[in-house]
Amino acid sequence: MGTFMSKTITIDGQVVPFKEGQTIMDAAMAADVYIPHLCHNPEFTPHGSCKLCTVKVNGRNVASCTMPAVEGQQVLSDTLELNDERLSLTQMLFVEGNHICPSCEKSGNCQLQAVAYYLGMMSPHYNHFYPQREVDASHPDVLLDRNRCIYCELCVRASRDVDGKNVFGLSGRGIGSTLVVNSASGLLGDTNLAATDKAMQVCPTGALLKKRQGFTVPIGQRIFDHHTIKDVQLGDKHE
Amino acid sequence: MQQPESSDLSRILAPVLARHGKDSAQLLQILRDVQDACHHIPAEAIDQIAAHLDVPRVTVEGVVGFYSFLSTQPVGQYRLLFSNNITDQMLGKDDLLKYLCNKLWVEQGRVSEDGLISVDNTSCTGMCDQGPAALINGWPLTNLDQNRLDLIAELIRSQKPVAEWPPMLFEVVDNICRTDVLLGEPFTPGAAIKQVLARGAKETLAEMDQSNLRGRGGAGFKTASKWSFCHAAIAEEEGSVICDIGGNPERFIVCNADEGEPGTFKDRVLLNSHADLVFEGMTVGARVVGASKGFLYLRGEYRYLLEKLEGVLKRRREAGLLGDNILGQAGFSFDIEIHLGAGAYICGEESALIESLEGKRGRPRNRPPFPVTHGYKGRPTVVDNVETFACSARIAEKGGEWFAAMGTAQSTGTKLLSISGDVARPGIYEYPFGVTLRQILDDCGAEDPYAVQVSGPSGVMVSWKEFDRKIAFEDLPTAGAFMVFKRSRDLFQAARNFAHFFAHESCGFCTPCRVGTQLQKKIMDKIGSGHGTICDMEELKRLGFILKSMSHCGLGSSAANPMLDALEKFPDVFERKLKALAFEPAFDLDGALETARRITGRDDEWAHL
Amino acid sequence: MSDPKLKVRIATCSLAGCFGCHMSVLDIDERLLGLLELIEFDRTPLTDIKHCGPCDVGIVEGGVCNAENVHVLKEFRKNCKVLVAIGACAITGGIPAMRNNIDLWDCFQEVYQYEGGLEGGQVPNDPELPLPFDKVHPINEVVKVDYFLPGCPPSGDAIWRFLTDLLNGREPKLDYEMLHYD
Repeated sequence: MGTFMSKTITIDGQVVPFKEGQTIMDAAMAADVYIPHLCHNPEFTPHGSCKLCTVKVNGRNVASCTMPAVEGQQVLSDTLELNDERLSLTQMLFVEGNHICPSCEKSGNCQLQAVAYYLGMMSPHYNHFYPQREVDASHPDVLLDRNRCIYCELCVRASRDVDGKNVFGLSGRGIGSTLVVNSASGLLGDTNLAATDKAMQVCPTGALLKKRQGFTVPIGQRIFDHHTIKDVQLGDKHE
Repeated sequence: MQQPESSDLSRILAPVLARHGKDSAQLLQILRDVQDACHHIPAEAIDQIAAHLDVPRVTVEGVVGFYSFLSTQPVGQYRLLFSNNITDQMLGKDDLLKYLCNKLWVEQGRVSEDGLISVDNTSCTGMCDQGPAALINGWPLTNLDQNRLDLIAELIRSQKPVAEWPPMLFEVVDNICRTDVLLGEPFTPGAAIKQVLARGAKETLAEMDQSNLRGRGGAGFKTASKWSFCHAAIAEEEGSVICDIGGNPERFIVCNADEGEPGTFKDRVLLNSHADLVFEGMTVGARVVGASKGFLYLRGEYRYLLEKLEGVLKRRREAGLLGDNILGQAGFSFDIEIHLGAGAYICGEESALIESLEGKRGRPRNRPPFPVTHGYKGRPTVVDNVETFACSARIAEKGGEWFAAMGTAQSTGTKLLSISGDVARPGIYEYPFGVTLRQILDDCGAEDPYAVQVSGPSGVMVSWKEFDRKIAFEDLPTAGAFMVFKRSRDLFQAARNFAHFFAHESCGFCTPCRVGTQLQKKIMDKIGSGHGTICDMEELKRLGFILKSMSHCGLGSSAANPMLDALEKFPDVFERKLKALAFEPAFDLDGALETARRITGRDDEWAHL
Repeated sequence: MSDPKLKVRIATCSLAGCFGCHMSVLDIDERLLGLLELIEFDRTPLTDIKHCGPCDVGIVEGGVCNAENVHVLKEFRKNCKVLVAIGACAITGGIPAMRNNIDLWDCFQEVYQYEGGLEGGQVPNDPELPLPFDKVHPINEVVKVDYFLPGCPPSGDAIWRFLTDLLNGREPKLDYEMLHYD
């Protein structure tokens, strides 16, 4: 492998090799450099919507998950300014939905929460929108709680690209965006989603949950109770 | 309103589906037709359309949800949408909307009980020189006043079909007030193409290069470069030489007529009165890059121009200016198809426009790759502004040197401005680049001008101190909007209107724009209602920074411009509205008790804050 | 014993909260004794002082769900040099904010009219009852807040760290494992 990796970029001064076709995010993860992200999952086509992974390349901000690595790029990522902006974006995600962590089964295993911990979020700062969003409990094995959806479209991508089912899609526009499902009734129970689908394994928040599995892991033993999202996501790739 | 029976629905759908075929790129066009016929997109229609195009149901639902003019719930049989640009507001639109709602006993944003009428706002309809304006079932109404609304209310009550309404209600005039080489000189259809065929495609590209024509949509990318990249994209793939033959079926020419920037209406006039120039420019582009197919993406608000434009295309085909073997040149085939938008400002962004052309949600793509290499259906595509194509036709006809002699060194040629607001003579003004704002303001009869919004909400708010600045890419680049505010105008209200505009038009893809534009709107409303503080002004600046630096596309990165400009240049318009306090609650405390007061019937001292 | 005049005066209260954050203070355990050398209490659930007087630090648990909460909160803000929002409810509205998606009229009907055993029940209109807001809000939407200490509740360790940092004039900073939203 090493012989093909002659091209390099630098991230925060560290020399990082890359292969043709890799994004800055790909190269960073391969080199154990963590760039905060929510909508990106290396198993799927990059999306570039959450913008947490924004880095400065030669003075210009770009989403590292979609920007191809190019020889000689000087990338800044772990800077005070960028982390501050990432924190603001995370706070925006918290206030636009209804993220009531104490009532959420995903708490402790939630990536939105974990990124917020990583960035040191003490409060959501902005005024809460408290939007009206639908909860869909019609599926026998799955709960869809749109209050927690952050529009990363990982379920959309997984269902389309891996499961071949197109169970999920996005409708609406702007702040009125909403996750819709592939049935005339608009109910998840009337789709062909199975709890074993890939789409059920990718939600970074508690928007898509398997039923009857809540709170099975005690507090203190959940993924992010003791490990930062940085450690977990960089560790994952070695598994 | 009654849901159509399924047999009725099939009867409506069958011809629509037959007309548009099975290409999923036709989805938006199909949905437009169904919306027109049913006043919404019934759930069953979504199923049938999905089956017909062989796409998932969610895909169709996603598209319906994205565009303002489409809806899953019925709108009124008469749907009246008031243009909500600041210039319409300045002409009394808010009062007129209330007046009509009262008259028709309908609540804004709701459908009347009998399903007959719904009244709401829509983003600028491009009639700023003859507002207040509105759309009735998609057709433009201009110069609205109480008398006209009385008449309209009567027509609606008597359920007269819109097609039978008095034509004067729909009169749209060009208002061309100043002309130069683009609008002022006669043009013979085919003249530019003849020159291209005589000169050769490669040589025409050289003329374009020499002209130094830059994109008229505002960004100012050099048109010749765009064209040559587009050609080179495939030339590289195929190892062919540049401009050898025309007519590679896999390249596309797209004319961006999604003129959605509030305050801009020059493309409306170009398409209405100079469509030949525009189509000829597209054909020139096709010859140069080697495309055989072109699209005119016409914003839904300009749907009224469709038949006229189709007529021009037909005439051009008959004259041998479109179709196979154009002007007898073997192998030179090019034709143009018109696609309609359906109410989405974001589709003016070139990659969102391409998505929309493909029948999808108008979401800006990740770049790179750029449309010149991976555009419509993944093929090399040139997307240029209406005016850019018009200029291209002139350059092809008269040469690059002729064009480059006008304007300034960096901004050659002329620019069409759409002037509206506090001026005596609103309309279209064509100037060579380099003209000062002062000159323009004199010419259009501006009364006591205090500020000009150049290039619309996404552009620059220019103060009276800067009126010696020039319209030019190197100083004040513009897509054409030129909204004038006199001294007595409340500029805060203008900025607030623009904040609402961006919040409404954000596509919702990226976090900073989806949430940030909403936060801006809420803060502007808070300040506007007299509850703002210094902290809120600081928050606006911080939001502006995040929007600029983190957004996915130009909509988000320019969405803070009006606020940032106003804060910098006219801080007093904010300060006048601020409370002297350092902190004010985020919401109206006493107002938030009103529901509980109503339910409990209480009005005692403790029931108020 | 240190001079009581030099002690830092602290007031605490719970608005729309469950007193869980207050209970968590007790998890500071034996370190409380050391802490009490440094602080004294004004209004708290422990002291039975009804109104908050001039204080150094005010610690507020719970969100703002009714008119009375606003009066208490404004009194705290007026009297406390530093105001701290403690716990998920004060910071985000928390569990009580789950009613924000339900129409207030539906809430009232459910509670006072439809609930079993409420024969002939009606919505009370006694002026002594605090009037509820349409929605529950975090306290920073009503007054300016200086510090936030999240958690549901924050652990005794987190509260201890936060207070000792504050008392020692340091910017409060929690270790990774002390920062929780649940």
